[in-house]
Amino acid sequence: MENSLLVWLVGLLVALVGAPLLPGIINKVKAFFAGRRGPSVFQLYYDIFRLCHKASVYSKTTTWVFRLASVVVCATTICAMLLLPFAGCASPLFFTGDLILFLYLMGTGRFFTVLAALDTGSSFEGMGASRECQFAVLAEGALLAAFGALILLTKHLSLYGILNQMDMRFWSLDGTALLLVAAGFFVVILTECCRVPIDDPDTHLELTMIHEAMILDNSGVDLALIHYAASLKMWCLLLMEILLVCPRIPGSPWFALVGEVLCVLVGAVFVGVVESVIARFRFVKVPQIISAAMGASLLAIVLLSLFQK
Amino acid sequence: MSPFLTLKNGGSCSMSALPQCGMDEFRSASLQAVNQEQCRVSAFFALGNNCPQNTQKGECTKEVEKSLLVEILLDPQQKCLRVLSTEVCEKYPSLTAEAPAFHWFERELFEETGILPEGHPWLKPIRFADKNREPGVTDYFTMEGEAVHEVAVGPVHAGVIEPGHFRFQCMGEDVFSLEIELGYQHRGIEKMLVGGPDVRTTHILETAAGDTSVAAMLNYCGILEALCQIEVPARGVALRRIALELERIANHIGDLGALAGDVAFLPTSSFCGRIRGDFLNMTARLCGNRFGRGLVVPGGVRYELDKAGAEELLKKVQVGEKELQEALSLMFDEPTVLDRFENTGVVSTETARQIGLVGVAGRASGLAVDCRGDLSENGFVPAVEQGGDVLSRALVRRRELEASLAEVKGLLESLRGGESRSTAVLPTALPNDTLCVHLTEAWRGEICHVAITDGQGRFRRVKIVDPSFHNWFGLAMALRNQQISDFPICNKSFNLSYCGHDL
Repeated sequence: MENSLLVWLVGLLVALVGAPLLPGIINKVKAFFAGRRGPSVFQLYYDIFRLCHKASVYSKTTTWVFRLASVVVCATTICAMLLLPFAGCASPLFFTGDLILFLYLMGTGRFFTVLAALDTGSSFEGMGASRECQFAVLAEGALLAAFGALILLTKHLSLYGILNQMDMRFWSLDGTALLLVAAGFFVVILTECCRVPIDDPDTHLELTMIHEAMILDNSGVDLALIHYAASLKMWCLLLMEILLVCPRIPGSPWFALVGEVLCVLVGAVFVGVVESVIARFRFVKVPQIISAAMGASLLAIVLLSLFQK
Repeated sequence: MSPFLTLKNGGSCSMSALPQCGMDEFRSASLQAVNQEQCRVSAFFALGNNCPQNTQKGECTKEVEKSLLVEILLDPQQKCLRVLSTEVCEKYPSLTAEAPAFHWFERELFEETGILPEGHPWLKPIRFADKNREPGVTDYFTMEGEAVHEVAVGPVHAGVIEPGHFRFQCMGEDVFSLEIELGYQHRGIEKMLVGGPDVRTTHILETAAGDTSVAAMLNYCGILEALCQIEVPARGVALRRIALELERIANHIGDLGALAGDVAFLPTSSFCGRIRGDFLNMTARLCGNRFGRGLVVPGGVRYELDKAGAEELLKKVQVGEKELQEALSLMFDEPTVLDRFENTGVVSTETARQIGLVGVAGRASGLAVDCRGDLSENGFVPAVEQGGDVLSRALVRRRELEASLAEVKGLLESLRGGESRSTAVLPTALPNDTLCVHLTEAWRGEICHVAITDGQGRFRRVKIVDPSFHNWFGLAMALRNQQISDFPICNKSFNLSYCGHDL
């Protein structure tokens, strides 16, 4: 038991330290596809370091909500992360139904980002906030549907339960349903992490931004926290997807931890490939894509309730 | 009997031979030509009161300054330019309501001279802020309603682009109306040119719109050569064509790459950025400057291209063409890209014709507007697409790229020896009191230069009409009922010049 807690702590530490690598890897992959050398994979570390040494500038129209938001975003993301299992070791905080807490910790972060965006009174940020809410409502539904299917499948009601029981047995019995859930979940990742084809993190065009538009007014440490929280969120979601699709490796939990971290990095490469080969969708199409993701998970629920032995 | 004087491209006429008629006849002739005879407004401007015609009896009774309104229309059916003028005092009945192609010309006229086009539907300055108000303060088209919100973008933008102010009236993500406010790049170019030609004239015209230097100089040299009757040797003509087509190729590649970038399709975006640089370097191989500055001079071209140089260029063009085809087919074969381009920013053929779109934007809306074929009987077939959307504008560029690449290769292969610059010397003074017009189909569309000389053979007036001047309103129309998030790709698909417009 002592050992598994240690593994879990190390897993958490690796996530907290390694998360800023993910955007770096994605950008490296995109640069490769574009025939460029691209920025270093450690770019986000440099950016966070640089931003931490800068003072934050606050618009006169903003209030305490704006100042609070970046801290809340970072704090809620880390709290949500504390509920996740690492390398097959359950979080010491896990409890039945913790997936709802996970979902709404993320939701609280978003709520504050949106509030802060509205607080600035900028038309760009208002537009970004409106888009974020529109897509988040759907993405939340898609995530809930995916959780629902997994609960049906594993008969567990905690994150540890639904994610850690996944092994080849489930894939061989209910492969179709799991595939649908995994596909839907991947769309949720792209939406939540503001990746192409839903959002374009590299654009400088305010009119097309979603997440970037909401943080146009943030600077200094606040911006560093937001960037860091975004990378943590990506690590969480990629990890969940990995736990879903990768079979468990028997043996030492340390070995499993290394495998898991490598899989997360490979997941980032995959996101980079997806971003490189397709263009961004029109805004009117985005709700359809996310609804389709929700539909996939709902279909999985139907399949499971009809055919599960 | 038409009141117009017809000129060929690069034709000139003495100011005393300039046809002048009463306002009623001027109006009816102009409206008939534009609305029924498919003429395009190439230039429409006023000339101050010190012209010889002002001694004639006008209708003005008050002691006010009279101006001469000069109109130059392009007649694609007769393959010629039509010139007409009329005298005005302080106001005249506006033409815009009946022929929207005059819209910006009349606003420009009003802000420059104070002559009031009566009944103009939206008379506000196009370049300068209202003189009676603080800088930057003006009336904007607004909409009322709880759900309507206004988004103001610019004049300072993210990214390294020119300044311009865009105002959207939106409901949610849908745009009802876009108003474009320009003038931030105004440098007073037309005023600086008065009294020329002098040593500064070339530099000023090459940088009027810096991405269209070669085409602007072709216009300017065309005017000087026509006025001084200088014949450009065949080799000089060929080298000029090569430079003009290289300019077109480089800019079209840049535009297609930028379109890919705006829909986050990275491979084509990066490749096009690099290949555009390669083509700019080819222009530099011709004259030492990537934008072709200093290449075109009256009488021909300044720099010689030897046989080895021509072969080297030909090889580079062939390599560039191959790489370009790969980069473009990546984009045009990608369904998610096509989905973004299709039916985005549609300007219907009828709207395009009414507001007088020219160049790539006009051709993408189904209008065969291209002064390469419209002003001479050379059998030129313009690349026309019918959709009027972003995809059509991209496809027009792709087809023109193919044609231009073929043309450059042909010109390089068949480049003959001989002089590339006429030995004739420019006279110190141009012919007195003469009007001369020259149009060139630049990569963006047709550029029109009108030069009028004074009694000493210096420029009394040089009127520049950049294609962007015709097309900015087209962008505003393209955004109606579109998604506001599609503005960047609509804007890139037009890719209009701010400084060419603001002058």
